[in-house]
Amino acid sequence: MKNAPGQPNPTRHAGLGPEAQFQAYLAEGRFMIQRSASTGKHVFFPRVAVPGTGETDLEWVEAKGLGTVYAITANRAREGSWNVALVDLDEGVRMMSRIANAETVAIGTRVKARIELLNGQPAVVFDVHSAVIAR
Amino acid sequence: MSHSLRGKSAIVSIGTAGMGEAPGRSGIEILAEAALNAIGDAGLRVADIDGVFSASSAHAFPTTSVGEYLGLRPSFFDGTMVGGASFEMHLLQAAMTLDAGLCKVALICYGSNQRTAGGRLVSMSEPQWHETPYQARHPITAYALAASRHMHQFGTTREHMAQVAVAARAWANMNPDAFARGPLSVDDVLSSRMVSDPLSARDCCLVTDGGAACVMVRADRAKDHLSEPIYLLGGGAAQWHRSIVTMPDLTVTAATESGSRAFQMAKLKQSDVDLVMLYDAFTITTILFLEDLGFCPKGEGGRFVGDGRIAPGGKLAVNTNGGGLSCVHPGMYGLFLIIEAVTQLRRQAGERQRPKVDVALCHGNGGHLATQITVLLGTRATL
Repeated sequence: MKNAPGQPNPTRHAGLGPEAQFQAYLAEGRFMIQRSASTGKHVFFPRVAVPGTGETDLEWVEAKGLGTVYAITANRAREGSWNVALVDLDEGVRMMSRIANAETVAIGTRVKARIELLNGQPAVVFDVHSAVIAR
Repeated sequence: MSHSLRGKSAIVSIGTAGMGEAPGRSGIEILAEAALNAIGDAGLRVADIDGVFSASSAHAFPTTSVGEYLGLRPSFFDGTMVGGASFEMHLLQAAMTLDAGLCKVALICYGSNQRTAGGRLVSMSEPQWHETPYQARHPITAYALAASRHMHQFGTTREHMAQVAVAARAWANMNPDAFARGPLSVDDVLSSRMVSDPLSARDCCLVTDGGAACVMVRADRAKDHLSEPIYLLGGGAAQWHRSIVTMPDLTVTAATESGSRAFQMAKLKQSDVDLVMLYDAFTITTILFLEDLGFCPKGEGGRFVGDGRIAPGGKLAVNTNGGGLSCVHPGMYGLFLIIEAVTQLRRQAGERQRPKVDVALCHGNGGHLATQITVLLGTRATL
């Protein structure tokens, strides 16, 4: 059963810690982030409490999946080049990721998340969201 | 009150060893040689050391390794590990410990053979699980991300960053202990191999061997020693994140807080500083710290360094030893900032000696722009 984006899904993977729960959702093909029920504040990377304020009323919500590139670098190595980006999700949290099928992109580019296997493990990557003009 | 540490302790000696390349010697051997040089410089005996402060990328328990190797039985020891800034923290810890009477003679020391042992940066830093899938190549990935953002937000250019490397090399060319010497132009930096956009090989610090040590005592005991005491006037620390992902704004470091705390304790301002020693792991860090420590407005760092201002003959003397970019960088560089500051404050810097140096600022950076520690050192005239 899949929740609508932004709707809580409190019971899945109970007993696991936040890191393992995040990974378990990814393995199911779902990109979930935490949100504090009382403050509405989102948290990433997943933790047992909201950093700085300590609320423990964190529930899992499906990420909307849209974000903006905050910073980016392309690693240049003998084995090839790959980018590493920091993406600000529209929910107000930042994550490290990769912009797929691009050597690099401009900071400010709007991007959309999907789950891909990286070295055999499911991970969130982003595609350029061409329908939106970079800001 | 935090300012109660102002002028209460002094560095009475410094020592280095194995600067650049020290083939066939282990890290702790290089460290011990530097420590013995410092102990001798102060006219002390090994057995006088009763405080040990050290951090290491190769020793899980650095103070016990150092104590055992030198045959010490210290009453206080501290192995705070926050990366390259650890040694600025040790200076603060030693000042507090001396003031509290928990030890009388503090040795702060570091040594590494990571150039001849492998030529790659050695780190015990563990991967961050939420970064792992993306194959970040830290530390350069983190600093390249910060540089990309600074360029985007403030119009900083690769030429600006190259000016930092060129200035460092010009200083290194006046320092016989510097590892990388010889001409270096902005074009050389721009055309060097790209490692992680926008940082090229010449935007990155060296990987060298090297050891350094200093001995610190209470100010009222400093006159008992052979060489000119250099006083700790102020110190401040700040720490905001571990992973570059959680750094709130990649263009603003916690040096904004560590610097103002250090200046407040020292009762000094930026215009009082004669020598600025900044941890230049990458060219972007010099620009960030000039801004965050108040030597130029936020966002102006690139243009600030753009006209040779921090090079020999410029208005602000920065990293006169040649820095981590051209002098020495054996994995962790923080103690070498202090070595150069003391050398300049004692007027022993040879060809690169600044005409007037009474106050020096040393700024340590640790991890991925994470831990920031600023200390202000001064001659007796500043007390």
